[in-house]
Amino acid sequence: MTRITVTVDGDTYTDDVEPRTLLVQYLRENLGKVGTVIGCDTSNCGACTVHLDGRSVKSCNVLAVQADGHEVTTIEGLATDGQLHPMQKAFHENHALQCGYCTPGMIMQAIDILKDHPDPSEQQIREGLEGNLCRCTGYHNIVKAVAAAAKAPGAELASSKVGE
Amino acid sequence: MTVSPDALVEIAEESPQADLTEPSGAGPEIGNRRLRKEDQRLITGRTKWTDNIVLPGMLHLAMVRSPFAHAKITSIDTSGAQGLPNVVAVFTAADFPDGMGACANAWPITPEQVTPDHLPMIGERVACAGEIVAVVVARSAKEARDAAEQVDVDYEELPAVFDAMEAMKDEILAHPDKGTNKSAFWKLDSKEAGTGGDVDEAIAKARQDGVVIEREFRQQRLIPAFMEPRSTVVDPTGEQVTMWSATQIPHILRFLIAATTGMPESKVRVIAPDVGGGFGGKLQTTPEEFITLAVARRLGKPCKYTETRSESLISGHHGRDQYQKLTLAAEKDGTVTGLKVDLVANLGAYVAIVGGGVPVLGAWMFNSIYKFPAYQFNCQTVLTNTTWVDAYRGAGRPEATFGIERIMDELAAELGRDPLEVREQNWIKHEEFPFTSVAGMTYDSGNYEAATARAKELFGYDALRAEQAERRERKDPVQLGIGVSTFTEMCGLAPSRVLGSLAYGAGGWEHASIRMLPTGKVEVITGTSPHGQGHETAWSQIVADRLGVPFEDVEVLHGDTAVAYKGLDTYGSRSLVVGAEAVVRAADKVIEKAKGFAAHMLEASEDDLEFVGGRYGVKGTDKGVGLTDIALATFASHDYPEHLEPGIDADATFDPDNFSFPHGTHLCAMEVDTETGQSRMRSYVCVDDIGHIINPLIVEGQIHGGLVQGIAQALWEEAIFDENGTLVTGSFVDYTLPTAADTISFVTENTVSPSTTNTLGAKGVGEAGTIASTPAVVNAIVDALRPMGIDDIVMPCTPQRVWKAIQTAGDHSGDVAAQAQPHFDEGAANADPGVTGEGNGQ
Repeated sequence: MTRITVTVDGDTYTDDVEPRTLLVQYLRENLGKVGTVIGCDTSNCGACTVHLDGRSVKSCNVLAVQADGHEVTTIEGLATDGQLHPMQKAFHENHALQCGYCTPGMIMQAIDILKDHPDPSEQQIREGLEGNLCRCTGYHNIVKAVAAAAKAPGAELASSKVGE
Repeated sequence: MTVSPDALVEIAEESPQADLTEPSGAGPEIGNRRLRKEDQRLITGRTKWTDNIVLPGMLHLAMVRSPFAHAKITSIDTSGAQGLPNVVAVFTAADFPDGMGACANAWPITPEQVTPDHLPMIGERVACAGEIVAVVVARSAKEARDAAEQVDVDYEELPAVFDAMEAMKDEILAHPDKGTNKSAFWKLDSKEAGTGGDVDEAIAKARQDGVVIEREFRQQRLIPAFMEPRSTVVDPTGEQVTMWSATQIPHILRFLIAATTGMPESKVRVIAPDVGGGFGGKLQTTPEEFITLAVARRLGKPCKYTETRSESLISGHHGRDQYQKLTLAAEKDGTVTGLKVDLVANLGAYVAIVGGGVPVLGAWMFNSIYKFPAYQFNCQTVLTNTTWVDAYRGAGRPEATFGIERIMDELAAELGRDPLEVREQNWIKHEEFPFTSVAGMTYDSGNYEAATARAKELFGYDALRAEQAERRERKDPVQLGIGVSTFTEMCGLAPSRVLGSLAYGAGGWEHASIRMLPTGKVEVITGTSPHGQGHETAWSQIVADRLGVPFEDVEVLHGDTAVAYKGLDTYGSRSLVVGAEAVVRAADKVIEKAKGFAAHMLEASEDDLEFVGGRYGVKGTDKGVGLTDIALATFASHDYPEHLEPGIDADATFDPDNFSFPHGTHLCAMEVDTETGQSRMRSYVCVDDIGHIINPLIVEGQIHGGLVQGIAQALWEEAIFDENGTLVTGSFVDYTLPTAADTISFVTENTVSPSTTNTLGAKGVGEAGTIASTPAVVNAIVDALRPMGIDDIVMPCTPQRVWKAIQTAGDHSGDVAAQAQPHFDEGAANADPGVTGEGNGQ
């Protein structure tokens, strides 16, 4: 077991974890952060995408011990003071989700796209979302939502102060 | 083509492409682009997926699965797993001598159907890779999985058969004890059924003085690949066993648990919490559900099983997998005179819950929107040593639509005519509805002219045809193809009497109840079980209009058999057409029940009352009482007429008289690089007629998602087994779901020909996009390459296949593997049907 200290959605946790524990397992099983979900076992689907120090990572592709001393933001930490993040709002307003299973990862990745491309073209959005699979929406409305969020104030704001 | 002025007026007046309307509360809710009630929890991560459930003392299961497609189990040594830390138990089939229930086939399509027993855990002989031979129970999922690797199973491999046409030969048997791979043969013949003429005569005549087009098409095997892996939690503590499962069918699951395990149905509660997509893939009772139930009951502890994606891809049921042969007869002027269809459908290792019936749905769909005077449909289902095959979005209808829409293009090409023009010559005209098809279905409404006219306009059809001609002329290496698909489907499953005549094991009705709470809120309980479709929003809109209550005051409950105590769940584009119609009827009963109370409260005669805007008023006066006030009054019940019971809650069960028949025209432009085989979608336009629309926002989402699943079949997806029966496409690395970067934005619109089988006038939209888009894309690719002598590309139309087809085009002596190979001998599917039992034709 290895001791790690991680800040997740603004709260700091100290835990002993098996070195092989994935960050997504740590979030779900140790911290009860079940808003972040698992959709595959090959890092293809992106459903587990979170922010590590303000940039998106697939949390199945990061060991919990690698997050030691770092700051993680999940879908559960995105809304502040009861206010939805502009990207969450854009997903709602553009019907960018149906079953909603890919949605946490999609939203976290979409925010990351706007860091690199504050005014993204459709192609930049599509390429930016390439690592996140959705089976319901055909991506049409997800692309629309990301474009809409880019025009909303505050969408590019990092969910974490670190890394800004 | 011509379009009646009436049709265009209808589009103008009824097209739901309204401006984005903000929720207002004013005006009717139906037709409003309401943002979804469901979204809040889903966008903030406050979700209730089955895998999120944690119960005190809960144990975790890991399955030991066969790597072999067909093998005898000679021994199982569990000792390596037994002693490991936190491993609680290891079970094999021998530990459950009384069984654990069974994965039932609910639709034996003939009385003689060969139906191998489908047990959750295998003790003697596995019939496909991925079957479960042991289960490990541990305190954590990790420990269970580690221990499962230490279970030592010895197998003796048996010869295995994977391909449906190979299985037809009965040389290698998927189940040797059955003596044949042929499961059932089902036939519909229009002459025998009295719905049309003799198809063989029509074909013989066309061979003399008309046109006969014969084509074989392959419907490759697909995997539904819902994003949420399946998961089951069973809590056996207390009087009643509760199962949470990521399923589309909590009610059917509860019934089949009781029917196959002997547990009293009243002691079983099934809950489908948030369910992350299904597409038919969660329309199943699974080995994993039965095993989790049996283990939890044996140990008396809550148990959870969640599959990995790799497990999901091999052990969740697959879809499609058919060989099709179509023979179309026509006169020289393009008028169709007959259609004969021979199908061989691969069922996989077992006849799954409705697996045998899915290909048979094609019987009513191959003839599609065209007026064939003679028709015959022959379907042979076969067993193989592969993952079982069952419903996948569209279920039988995409397969049929692909066949007919491909061959209509081939007819047009043979005649040198525009494919839309040939279709229009043969389709049912809008003034001819209701129309009874050659397959015996009565299409109640439709307007193919209107949908096609609008689609052509949005697509810029004539300009694209001009560009195509110009590119052909200058031998552009990037050729342009235009693909057409004018489809219909049968939705709203289903009239119970029709299901009865087809030996289906259940009815097709749906149930709803409405509770008028004393505080003015309204609870709607639906028997449908949404997993992404937005029923909470759409049903709220319908009830808000019907009862005259605010949208926000309606709460929709579903997916828990203790709450929604009666239902038949969600599949087959049935929820709105059948389920919401039950909601409407329950609402009407609430209004009717409230009338007596209103009369009493207003001291008026019932005859003098009218119900408007959520309120009973005395005609000609301003006296009135609201429905919610009546609900409060019945809650107190201090003063009410003696002949009434105190309460205005109501329920209703709706059984439709007929299916509904959505239709639409889909147009696709593909650019095909003839040097590399790479194809790129340039534009896609569809105009769907799904009747009246409750929420245009939700409808558009359903169409977009459906389109991409259908396009994915045309271009990318295929489940492939190697020569040992190992699923090569066993992870998301190899089973290539499309990404955002692979797809484009679509143009979608609607025309409205209301359904006449429900008061909403709705037809269903869940499967339309998937059904229509596959042939549109393939037709476009073939259209681009037709001048090179290419008349088919096998799906998925990968760059490699397209390139190969181009290289071998015109060379009929060489390797033409990219194009369809003949699989049907003369009458292979129907001359010697083997185990027969002819369908009754309707």
